[in-house]
Amino acid sequence: MRALFLLLAALLLSGQRDPVLVPEVSQHDVQVRQGFTGTELLLFGAVLDPAGRAGQGYDIVVVLKGPSEPIRLREKERFAGVWINAESNDFRSVPSFFAVASSRPIEQIVDEKTAAIYEFGTRYIQLSPSGSINPELQLRFASGLVDLKQRQGLYKEDFDGVQINENVLYQARISLPSNVTTGTYTAETFAVSNGRVIASAMAEVEVRKVGFERFVALSANNWGLAYGLIAVLLSVGMGWGAGRLFARL
Amino acid sequence: MDVYLPIANLSVNGLWIVALGALTGVLSGLFGVGGGFLTTPLLIFYGIPPTVAAASASTQVTGASVSGVVAHSKRKGVDYRMGTVMVAGGVIGAGIGALLFRFFRSIGQIDVVINALYVVLLGSIGLLMAKESVQVLRGTVGKQAARRRHHPLVANLPWRWRFYGSGLYISPLAPALVGVVVGILTMLMGVGGGFILVPAMLYILGMSANVVVGTSLYNILFVTIATTIMHSVTTRAVDIVLVALLLIGSVTGAQFGSQLAVRAKPEILRLVLAAIVLLIAFRMLLGLFYQPDEIYTVYPL
Repeated sequence: MRALFLLLAALLLSGQRDPVLVPEVSQHDVQVRQGFTGTELLLFGAVLDPAGRAGQGYDIVVVLKGPSEPIRLREKERFAGVWINAESNDFRSVPSFFAVASSRPIEQIVDEKTAAIYEFGTRYIQLSPSGSINPELQLRFASGLVDLKQRQGLYKEDFDGVQINENVLYQARISLPSNVTTGTYTAETFAVSNGRVIASAMAEVEVRKVGFERFVALSANNWGLAYGLIAVLLSVGMGWGAGRLFARL
Repeated sequence: MDVYLPIANLSVNGLWIVALGALTGVLSGLFGVGGGFLTTPLLIFYGIPPTVAAASASTQVTGASVSGVVAHSKRKGVDYRMGTVMVAGGVIGAGIGALLFRFFRSIGQIDVVINALYVVLLGSIGLLMAKESVQVLRGTVGKQAARRRHHPLVANLPWRWRFYGSGLYISPLAPALVGVVVGILTMLMGVGGGFILVPAMLYILGMSANVVVGTSLYNILFVTIATTIMHSVTTRAVDIVLVALLLIGSVTGAQFGSQLAVRAKPEILRLVLAAIVLLIAFRMLLGLFYQPDEIYTVYPL
């Protein structure tokens, strides 16, 4: 009886202490169709604090991640004057897209350990390296991969990207470039106070090809032979047609 | 004008791609080459994934060579027998090329191999052409000793056929082997192979000059068709939207190119082509020896 009471009290108290996050994304369905040049997602929401401690201040961190894929990363090295691929390392879960935004620089919000647990930053992405067990080599490859993805616009950090209004509403803008992979993206939002994550919530964004683009990608993958024949017909037809057209002019 | 490429998975400026197609089209109209050797590197430079660039460029070359074949066959400039033997070799070559592509990919050297092939082939052919056109311009040609009809090795092959169009009585194995080599290169480099075929036909097989360009285009047409099919079935990297954009440019560019070709001096044209070919070879050479922009490359597993 006493144990039950304690449990109930703990639940009530904790319910009172920890705020609740209500996240929302401007677009749950990103359609990749003709003329798609990327899009901007608005991740917004509210922090409800039952204890009514408005003004006490917490920080918000949002992490948007694209579907993961296994890859092999090869490193070029100079061999007899020529740059050739030398060492390689495998990573089993490389997010195709990764963006983190926060209301303040991460190192002012949490310590390194917490940042690593929640992947608050491109250098904390859990890439699941396999193959080599040499930590130095793995670190070199991981930072090379992150650097490459950053320059492709697929990995980004914005430590000033979350605005918090009246300690209740927050919003962050993350832009998706046109070269994003299709699939299910997860948008995680964390409320952090005193170096501790006090609440988190997740929303999903579906990025998919629609219409003609979807049809082309599907055909290329499922009916390779027919797709190839159509490509040949198209190019023979256009070449021949143009020849006829210009012959008449 | 932004166009999304569904296979390359990115959005490009459509006008740039059309302009690139037009540039290669003008070249193909002027010189009778497919222009793939220019399209593939420029597409990669623009940011298109290399496999998609090579696959789509070979499909574009199909379209660019169609009107040439039609024009040449009207004036009996195609040796169909010779061309068909070469195409047969070319299809086998494309198959070998697909296997090689997979092998070099698995050991992770495909980009190095493609780069090195470009340097060696474009470099040597560019030098050859430059030397010849300079000789012609100086008027030193004609005094050289009469050339052999064909390479002595070709004459040693057994089982001879008559090729009336080319004026040859040689073994079909020789053109078939030439076809195999060109097929391999088409698959690996995304080029039609015209810049290799034409010298090979002239100097190794010794075909008569009036059927060389037409037969070369005929071979290119069918080998690039085979390559497109091969890519669609294996690498699945042919981007039909990219192909269409390139073709819009190249089929119109080719018409202007062929009109220009009538007016210009052939030796000067050759020198210009040699300069372009050497320039690309030089750029690729720098890529091999200078520190590349990207040290790391991602291969999906």
